[in-house]
Amino acid sequence: MFLGRVVGCVWATAKNPQMEGMRFLVVQPLTPELRETGKRLICADAAGAGAGELIYWVRGREACFPFLPKEVAADATIVGIVDEVNVTRPVDGEVRQDADPASAPHRRNTRKTR
Amino acid sequence: MMLARVVGTVVATRKDPRLEGKKLLILKPVSPEGKDEAGYVVAVDTVSAGYRERVLAVSGSSARMAEGCKDTPIDTAIVGIVDDVHLD
Repeated sequence: MFLGRVVGCVWATAKNPQMEGMRFLVVQPLTPELRETGKRLICADAAGAGAGELIYWVRGREACFPFLPKEVAADATIVGIVDEVNVTRPVDGEVRQDADPASAPHRRNTRKTR
Repeated sequence: MMLARVVGTVVATRKDPRLEGKKLLILKPVSPEGKDEAGYVVAVDTVSAGYRERVLAVSGSSARMAEGCKDTPIDTAIVGIVDDVHLD
């Protein structure tokens, strides 16, 4: 499962009969730190997500399961709306800066100028 | 699922018997903004899409869940014709 943000929606009148009534949303994948990562994709919506909402989505065969017993051809589905994300792991960039003493003063300088 | 534009057709006489009667189209993936993306894919059409139409395609094992594609050897199926994409 991956984090993402709803950034748009797709209208399709002519579609597979089993997909009648389904919503399709444009999702921007996010890192745990909620930075944008990767290409935008279209997800079916099983959670009732709205515009701009932080969600998590599944891909692959499992994306059909939320719609059972209806057999729906979906390879990416929004399965939940995220209330809160707590990340304890440091951001990749910060780890490298901490590990390298030479770059640490540089980071302090950038903070002062803000 | 991906957005794509129909850019051509594929004609194949000799093929797996389970693919008989299936229309094959060449798709060029496009971004939600409408820009072309790299690569192309051959997909089975289940919604009678036409040339230059923007479509919604499903890839992977989920493609077999599309109407009339059960137990067929396919990995991409067109499941919808896109009318409009709205970006916030």
